Parts: sequence; C-alpha cells; structure tokens
Amino acid sequence: MSDGAMTIDAAAVPARAARRTLPAHGSRRTYSAYALVAPAAALMLVMLLGPLAGVIALSFTDYQLGAPHFSWIGLANYQDLFADKVFWIALRNTLTYVVVVVPGAVIAGLAIALLIQSGTSLRSLYRTIYFLPVMATLIAMAVVWEFMLHPQFGLVNGLLRGAGLPAFAWLQDRSTALYALCAIGIWQAVGFNMVLFLAGLVSIPKQLYEAAEIDGASSGWARFRLVTWPMLGPVTTFVVVVSGIRSFQVFDTVHVLTKGGPSKSTEVLIHTMYTEGFEFFRSGYAAAITVVFLVFVLALTLIKSRLADRGVHYT
Amino acid sequence: MSNTHSVSLQAVLRHLLLIAGAAIMLAPFIWMISTASKPQTEVFSSELHLIPYRFALWDNLREAFAKANLLRFLLNGVIVTISIFVLQVMVALPAAYALAKLRFRGRDTLFALVLFGILIPPQATAIPVFLLLHKVGLLDSYAALVLPFTISAFGIFLMRQFFKTVPDDLVDAARMDGISEFGIVWRVMLPAAIPAVTAFGIFSVVAHWNDYFWPLIVLNSEQLRTPPLAVAHFRNNEAGTSYGPLMAAAMVIIAPLVIAFLFAQRRFIEGITLTGIK
Amino acid sequence: MAQIELSTIRKSFDGTDVLKGIDFRIEDGEFISLVGPSGCGKSTLLRIIAGLEPQNSGQVRIDGRPVDGIRPSARNLAMVFQSYALYPHLSTFDNIAVPLRMRRLSAIERLPLLGPLLPGRRAKEHGIRADIAAIAEQLDIAPLLRRKPGQLSGGQRQRVAVGRAMVREPLAFLFDEPLSNLDAKLRVHMRAELAELHRRLKTTFVYVTHDQAEAMTMSSRIAVMMGGELIQVGTPAEIYNDPGDIRVAEFIGSPKINILPGRVWKDGGIDVLGSALRLACGATAGECRVGVRPERIDLGAGPFSGNVVHLENLGAEAFVHLAIEGAGLRLIARLADVRHLPAMGSHLAFGFASDAVQVFDSIGKRIPLKVEQAERVREPAHV
Ligand SMILES: Nc1ncnc2c1ncn2[C@@H]1O[C@H](COP(=O)(O)OP(=O)(O)OP(=O)(O)O)[C@@H](O)[C@H]1O
Ligand SMILES: [Mg+2]
Repeated sequence: MSDGAMTIDAAAVPARAARRTLPAHGSRRTYSAYALVAPAAALMLVMLLGPLAGVIALSFTDYQLGAPHFSWIGLANYQDLFADKVFWIALRNTLTYVVVVVPGAVIAGLAIALLIQSGTSLRSLYRTIYFLPVMATLIAMAVVWEFMLHPQFGLVNGLLRGAGLPAFAWLQDRSTALYALCAIGIWQAVGFNMVLFLAGLVSIPKQLYEAAEIDGASSGWARFRLVTWPMLGPVTTFVVVVSGIRSFQVFDTVHVLTKGGPSKSTEVLIHTMYTEGFEFFRSGYAAAITVVFLVFVLALTLIKSRLADRGVHYT
Repeated sequence: MSNTHSVSLQAVLRHLLLIAGAAIMLAPFIWMISTASKPQTEVFSSELHLIPYRFALWDNLREAFAKANLLRFLLNGVIVTISIFVLQVMVALPAAYALAKLRFRGRDTLFALVLFGILIPPQATAIPVFLLLHKVGLLDSYAALVLPFTISAFGIFLMRQFFKTVPDDLVDAARMDGISEFGIVWRVMLPAAIPAVTAFGIFSVVAHWNDYFWPLIVLNSEQLRTPPLAVAHFRNNEAGTSYGPLMAAAMVIIAPLVIAFLFAQRRFIEGITLTGIK
Repeated sequence: MAQIELSTIRKSFDGTDVLKGIDFRIEDGEFISLVGPSGCGKSTLLRIIAGLEPQNSGQVRIDGRPVDGIRPSARNLAMVFQSYALYPHLSTFDNIAVPLRMRRLSAIERLPLLGPLLPGRRAKEHGIRADIAAIAEQLDIAPLLRRKPGQLSGGQRQRVAVGRAMVREPLAFLFDEPLSNLDAKLRVHMRAELAELHRRLKTTFVYVTHDQAEAMTMSSRIAVMMGGELIQVGTPAEIYNDPGDIRVAEFIGSPKINILPGRVWKDGGIDVLGSALRLACGATAGECRVGVRPERIDLGAGPFSGNVVHLENLGAEAFVHLAIEGAGLRLIARLADVRHLPAMGSHLAFGFASDAVQVFDSIGKRIPLKVEQAERVREPAHV
C-alpha cells in the first residue's frame, strides 16, 4: 500500500519539490547518524584517544599522583629511564620472554594442529583439551603452577626426583625463574595458536594434496613442503605477530609469582610500569615506560594489519 | 588397502604423541584437583601421589569459602563482566549501524579512529584513565571496573563488518514500515546480528572475567574484588601454609568459564579466536 | 601409453555401495569418456584408477601389472582436476616444474637453501627448463610462465593444469570434469583443444564428465555409468543410435529422446499410442516404451497428430513441442528447415520410420526388433 503511494507521489510531485524533500530526508537521517555515534565517539575520546595522548604528554612531565604541581621536563624522564639499569633489565627480560615464548607456542601449536588434523578420530576431544588452558583464568592457573613448581612438594620436582634427575627451585632461582614463566606462557598460548592453525589447515583445498600426491610428492614431508607450509604462510605470520604482541604484555604471572624477582631476574616492562606508576605513583616516569612499550607493540600491530590484508589469492 | 598396516601404525603414533601432549596440558588441572582433594598432611609430603589417601575436597572447599568470601567475588565477576558486555553492546551497536549503513560527514574519519582504537593495548591507557577516575572520585568502585571498558573499538569494528553484510533492502523495508533509525538498530539489526553479538559476548566476558591488571590497579576494598584478584590475595595470605584450600579456591574461580566452555566449545573457540583478529 | 584394466571394482563409503563391480578395459591410446548423472560414482572410479582412493575389492591393472597398493605418484598417471588444483603460491613455471623436480631431483637437491648449491642440480634444472619451454610452446602459455595462478583466467589455468600433467609424459591422463568451471563458449573451444591434444599425444585419456555433449564430441568410446554400474560402453554413434537401456537413451542426446507408451502383443507385434508399428519382436507380451529421437520425427504426415504448444527457433534448426491429445503426452520434434515453421496452436500430423524406433521393455532393457513382412494384417503405422 505504502509502495503504491510512493510511486504515485514520485510521479506527481515535480522535480523541484523532490529536490526540496530529499535533503530534508537526508538531513534527518544525518542527525540520527550523529545521535547514534555520539556515545561511542565521546567514550572513545575520553577512554581511548584522550588517554593515549595523555600518556604521551605525561611522559614529558614530572607529575606524581597526589602532588599539587607538576612541570614540563622535556625528555628528562626518558633520560632517567635509559640511564636506569632496571629498565634495561626489564627490556631484556621482556625480549627474552618474547623470543622464547613466540617460537615455542607457535611451533607447538602448529605441531599439535598438524597431528590432530592428520587423523580423524578424537579430533574434538584433543582440541578441547589443548584449548582448556586458554579458557582457565591465568591467575588461578599461575597459582597452581607455583605449587607444581614448589621445590619440595611440587609435581615437577617430584617427577624429576623420581627419574633420578636434580631438582630445582624454579621460581626462586634467578637462573630459572624467567624460563619457568616462559613455560607457563607457552602452556597457556599453545591452544590458542593451535585453533588458528587448525582453521588454516581446514581451508587448504584437499585437491592440492591429491595433485601433490600425483605429481610425485610421496612422503608426508614433501607434501608439507609443497602444500601445507606455503598455504599456511599467512596464518603463520599472523600467529607469530599475535603471539609476539601478547608476550610483550606479560604481567599477570610475573606479578603473582615473582614480583619481578629474584633480584630482578623476571622484571618485565609492564611490571616496571606498574610498580613505578601504581606503587610509587611516579606517573610521568611510568608514562615514559608505557611509551616505550607502546612503540614495540604498535610496530608489531602494524606489521600484523599489513599482513592481515594480504592472504593467498586463489580461486 | 595394502598399507593398512602403516596407516594404523601412523594412527597409533598420532595418538601417542597427542596423549603425551595432552598430559602436559592437563597436568596443572589434575594437580589442582588432586591437591584440592588432599588433607594438609598429604599435601606436605615429598612422596608423589595423585589420588589422596583421605579424600578432603569438601573440607578444603569449606575452608576456602570460610577464609575468603568466594561467593561474593564470583558475584562481583558476574556483575562486572555482564555490565561491561551490556554497555559495550549499547554503545557499539548504534555506532556500528551508523558506520555501516548511514552516510554522514566524518564517517570515514570516525571509522579510521575506530581502527586505530583497536591497536591501542589496554596497558597503554592505564595511567591517564586511572588519573581520570581519581579526579572524579570513582576509584575503588564497580564504576571504575566497568566504565573504561564500555567502549570497545573492536566491538564496533566487528559489528560494523557484520552489518555491512546485511542487505540494504532490509533496512529500507524497515524504513518503509515507519521504524526510526534508532528502532532499526534494536528491532532489525540486533536480531540479525545475534551470532556476531554472541561471539563478541564470549570474547568480552572471557577477557574481563580473567582480567587481573585493571582490577589490581583500581581496587582497594575487599568486597569489590573480582575472581582473579581474589585468588591472588588468597595466595598471598595462605601460600606456604594451606595449599589445599588455595587449590580449591582456584578450582572455584576457573569453574564457571571452564564448564561453560565444555558445554559450548565451538562457540567459545569462535569467540576467543576473535582475540587473534583484534 | 597404457592399457588400463578394471576387474570387479567395488567401493563403498560408510556402508553405501558407490561402485558395484566395475569390469572394464581401456585400450591403449584411446580417448574414453565416463559419463553419467551426478553422484553415480565417476569421480570415485577415476580416483581409484589414480590411486587416490583404495577400492574395497577388485583389481586395477595398468599394462597388465596390478597397481593396487602402489602410490599414486608411482603409477605414472597424470590427473587434471575440476578445480585445476594449481599451487597458488607457485608461478606457472614452478607449477609445471613440480612433477619434474619431484622425479628428477633427490630429496637433498630439493632442500630450499642447500639444494641449489649441489653439483648436479644446475644441469638438471637446465633440462627441466627446456622441457617446460617445450610444453609452454605447445600449449601457448609461454607468456604466462611468470604469473601466479591467481592472475590467470579460467581457460589459462586449465591449460597450465594440462601442462603440468603433460610435462612428465605420463602413461595416461585422467581428467575429472576439467571444463565444468569454464563458461559455455570457452568450454566448446577447450573441447576442441583437448581432442586435438589427444590426437597429437596418442596417449590414453580417461575423461570424466556429466556433460553428454563433451563425451559425444571428444571421445573414441563412451562408458555410461549409472548408480555405480557401467551400463553401456561403445562408440558415440553406438551409444546414441543403439542404446541398450532406456536410461542411456534418455541421458545421451539433447533434446532428450521422446518416450512414448506402447504395448507388445502376444504375436510379437508392437503398438504405440494405439497404432501398430510395422515391427515385431520376440519379447513377451506386455507394456513397453518406445523411444524416438527428435530428429527422426517426420512432421506433416503420419498416423499421429498433436497440437503445437511451443516453438524453439535456434536459427539453424527449430524444435517443435507437440501435445498429443488424449495421451497427456508431450514430444519434441526437430525441424531442419526453419523457414517453414508451423503456427503455434496448429494441429499437426506426424509419424516416424520404423528404423527410427527403439523399444524398451518395462524394466528399461532394449528389445531387439525385426522389421515385419508386408502380410501383416494390422494397419501400418506409417509409409
Ligand atoms: N569421501 C567420501 N565419503 C563418503 N561418500 C563419498 C565420498 N566420496 C564420494 N562419496 C559418495 O559417493 C557417491 C559417488 O560420488 P562421486 O564423486 O564418484 O560422484 P560423481 O559421479 O563424480 O558425481 P559428480 O558428477 O557430481 O561429480 C556420491 O553419492 C558421494 O556422495
Ligand atoms: Mg565428480
């Protein structure tokens, strides 16, 4: 009915009138558009973009929470930072953590995905088991890990002793603490990477494997080299970068289990930032650390979004 | 046919490797349940055994609930995560609709800002947001836990991409029926977007249920603690003495999500992998 | 060049029989098409020949040698897939090079960084390059060698896939609906190219399609499959003119063959639409079905008549759709001369020569006929 009315209107109303009504229509819709985006835009300004600008600005001040005044001190925070041994230790530890966790979690994730996909039985059971650590609250599981790694009553040392191997005080020893945290990090990230790889594997056309088989790639390794690995290329770079970003943000396990110790051997960037900003309330200095962290993470993120646009083009 | 032999060998090897890996993945869970079921004396014995001689799970759970107000903390978790999710949807959906289906000046700029917003890690804005909450006197409240997350650039992006795939004809038909733009968002687009909203909901709830960094920063009062914060405090007070109750508390904290996951695995995996896109 | 023999091949997926005992011999150098409706098991049979799928029982022999349990790569057959299955990350050149590299280079020589440094590698690469150049020349894809599959058109991809199959000179080519992803015009063109390629290579081609026109135009023999069984094998002319089964008659030919209800009398005489044919057979009395190809129907004269309900004028020929009163039946007749089209709705008489008729019994088997002598009492169907 309204349809009919529309067409009659359109036919009867001369062009001039139509021109008059259209913008009115359009502008009403424009108003509602602004009304619809207003809350999001305002919140984004207050909670994301403003604070982002704020943290950069703050890094050039000597602001301390609760202090009545602050002044602009230029690059002084950065100079302090780069002169501070703890910062360099934190940066080195963070990079070590990233360099250990990323390959570990990516390779293990890929291997598990390949193993699961290489057969048909119990696929979803295995997927569930390996994904479980991703779901479990990391803080709770960190506490469990702490007891697993307990020097005297822990499962790990118990097994080592059972096998006649030497035991360690994993989290209390400065030579092992960071690697123990890395192990927890890998344990937690593997399932996530596995799921991404599984999705990638499923999307490889089956006929490519058959073509490879007919072309003479008779061993599993030859087919992996010819088909699987290149076809997974985009997924792999993606997983590497995502794991990198997440590892850079490591904080929970450090804060609960080691507080950066023993003797700073597990101090990482975000933990330093937390201590400076929220325990000593040196906001300006902590902001400078945040900016350094941000540079690393944004660099990785930019690589990722570059790569995300590029996939395998095939039809 | 003739290689059934090698096929079955391969299958056996596959299961062996996967079971070995699964044992490592499950070890902490098993250890947690095992320890939570042991009485104090068995926990502090150097001899390894998984199955307790005396089953003490109920005692440990009772002690955990007595030492910490776990129910209250779980309730806090529910309140906070649900509030965050509901507000996120209320803010993101209209914006996503406008970005996907309406034309207005500044749309492209806004969308570019949304894309940029996705890139900002939450740790980066922590200090200024903390100072802001301090200024307006909202620290140490539910508001402090919820407000900063009401805006999800990623949520806007996700919904916008989804709305792009909804045919324009559907929107025009709704307009012909006299539904306002605002009405279209809730009465036409939301029902169409239920799968995407569900996935985003799982993503959001899991992320904030497990979040430790932000509650740690803004909370002081014990009665506002979220589950992760509660475990951490429990551990700081009790570690070294009562591992049984501590493990029981950890079990209680991870239980809601793990159980939900076991019931709706596909949806959860779908939702969580969104983090990868983020 | 190879002869491929299949003996009682059976295959079932999850308890359903997909192939129910296929016995079949593909001669050396012939172009054989496997045709049949969707889901009848053509691809499965081809994949069993290729070794991609194990059969449940039966044997495949290539040049007399059983190949069961031999890997696909070792059977020396080439396959062209419906989706072409080109490696998307490799250039056209590298795609075609894959089978050669897999065969001629050792596993160590194929290693990514180390391989190219090994002594013999250069000479082998040289040979590979020469072979690919020759193939590219033949298939007219030399300008495309640097491109990736994503940058090729459907027809070009098709040719690259054929090139990858050709390059190692296989014993036989297996094609699984290679043209079904192309548009109609290109399909006709590639049809000619493939037939031409077969004439040049003189290698065995096994060609799966569900398009009967492809099978009719390209192959030296056609094997018709239905429901997991081979129901007839023969030259295109045999299959068309002498189908052994009503399903074959209906599947081959476009437009479809006309099927009319008929009856076999005790004395062997045959009626169709109530008129007797000047034919007889030895079959037992009962219902039968009579098939007549559209081009064998003579319009204008004859014992039958119908109303023109639809006309399809294709320019070179026309198809007249007739509704036969009383019988609730429609049939299609081909008209070679489009200048004299009947009017829509007009009433037309028609008939057909007795040798135009194919008679099938009630279960669809062909009934052999003998042309009747003149002393038949009953009225003849047509002059
Ligand atoms: N891997 C498989 N698992 C289970 N059933 C299968 C499998 N492959 C094929 N089938 C079944 O076997 C039957 C024959 O399949 P096939 O692919 O051989 O048909 P086709 O004749 O090639 O059909 P089309 O013309 O559609 O390609 C089909 O019913 C199909 O569903
Ligand atoms: Mg097929």
